[in-house]
Amino acid sequence: MPLELFLDLYSPPCRAIYIFAQKNGIRFELRPVELGRGEHLKPEFLKVNPLGKVPALKDGDFLLAESVAILLYLNRKYQAAAHWYPTELQACARVDEYLAWQHTAVQLPATNVYLCKSLLPHFSGQPVDPVRLDRLLGKLKPALRHLDQEVLATKPFLATEQLSLADLMAFTELMQPTAVGCDIFQDWPRLAAWRARVEAALGPELVQDAHRLVLQPRDPRDAQRDPKLAQELVQRLLERLS
Amino acid sequence: MGLELYLALLSQPCRAVYIFAKKNGIPFKLCTTEVFKGQLQSKEFFQINMLQKIPVLKDGDFILTESSAILIYLSSKYQTADHWYPSDLQARARVHEYLGWHADCIRGTFGVPLWTQVIAPLSGAHVPEEKVERNKTAMDRALQQVENKFLGDQAFLTGQQMSLADLMAFEELMQPVAVGYDLFEGRPKLVAWHEQVEAFLGSDLFQETHGTILNILEQVVNKKFTKPSPEVYPNILLRISRIH
Repeated sequence: MPLELFLDLYSPPCRAIYIFAQKNGIRFELRPVELGRGEHLKPEFLKVNPLGKVPALKDGDFLLAESVAILLYLNRKYQAAAHWYPTELQACARVDEYLAWQHTAVQLPATNVYLCKSLLPHFSGQPVDPVRLDRLLGKLKPALRHLDQEVLATKPFLATEQLSLADLMAFTELMQPTAVGCDIFQDWPRLAAWRARVEAALGPELVQDAHRLVLQPRDPRDAQRDPKLAQELVQRLLERLS
Repeated sequence: MGLELYLALLSQPCRAVYIFAKKNGIPFKLCTTEVFKGQLQSKEFFQINMLQKIPVLKDGDFILTESSAILIYLSSKYQTADHWYPSDLQARARVHEYLGWHADCIRGTFGVPLWTQVIAPLSGAHVPEEKVERNKTAMDRALQQVENKFLGDQAFLTGQQMSLADLMAFEELMQPVAVGYDLFEGRPKLVAWHEQVEAFLGSDLFQETHGTILNILEQVVNKKFTKPSPEVYPNILLRISRIH
């Protein structure tokens, strides 16, 4: 039974896993889970991940949730090159440090910008609220500043001197608001240079392939498919982004 | 120069690091950090951690932040017993699976009651009732997942033995307990797990680590709790504004 990866490429951690697997020649069956259709909350998927989230992995009988856990599992099982997750104690700790920090410092605010700029207008049919967007961009700013001014001041990548899982996760997270038209790199030259470096290292075609979905404008008809679901989603988004 | 740990025992991730080091006989210098006196905002502390947060590990010139990274570093460097951070591929994956979910659903959620009930009032801030209720719902949902997805019919969160995951969870749950929340009613699996962890730690280490947090309400009533000094207020208000 081949490795199965349950992913929605609209989701940054899913893209990180997709890119990692492709880059490392890991054979897998892609099981698409459309968050926009609420597929992550359906019983069939909850059997795979009772936490109701993507990404998820199924390797024979072994089920695994959580993007960092999945990346580390794949890295180790398929013996990826050492730069992804170094064996040296301190270098490894730097990657662990970034992967821990990024949940609330990067993922949360970057996702909120994306939700405000893309998902909320899509499902509500209302234009983007510029005041809300500005406030949410402001919440992402401290992380961008830290990465640009403090982290990248002393090295070319986020955790070590080489491309690692830290850069992969950060790249797909920061592409999220970028892909929907928020140029978050514009004030941060080191971060912009880092982004180009990472894209070159991963391979532009692979990056393009992984980001194809999120780069496309959403079809307004998709939102009308299930008005009840759309309404619930809008309610939850407004609560989350308040 | 030996290992230094910058900690405040009021903080959940700090307690997890403290317990881990003590339980494993790891020698370290405890650098107690006075959070409410503004020490995190000081110029000296900026040299330790630019992000102005604790816990921080300083091992010679090597400075490390983030409790889970610190715990993993210590377990590797001091080669602690396998159960803490198992070498088996799948068992280790389970620890990371819990830690990932913990970062989103436990951290930031279980600390809220202390903020709303103790720190906010002391700082002259107020948290609206609807946010308090929403936080209770979030805690409820998280505890359901702890029991159903993580514990299941296992003794501990990621297997039959105690791991870093259990330490992190145990300390987060201690926070609302300290301000009088009953997290355990109707949750026998959670009770059993909690008792196992407490027994594993031993009463001396338990007392030593939790003395401060478990006495917090009493200290506030007796006006023995350090009122936050003015330079900390902006940070406090920022943290309170982040309560969803």
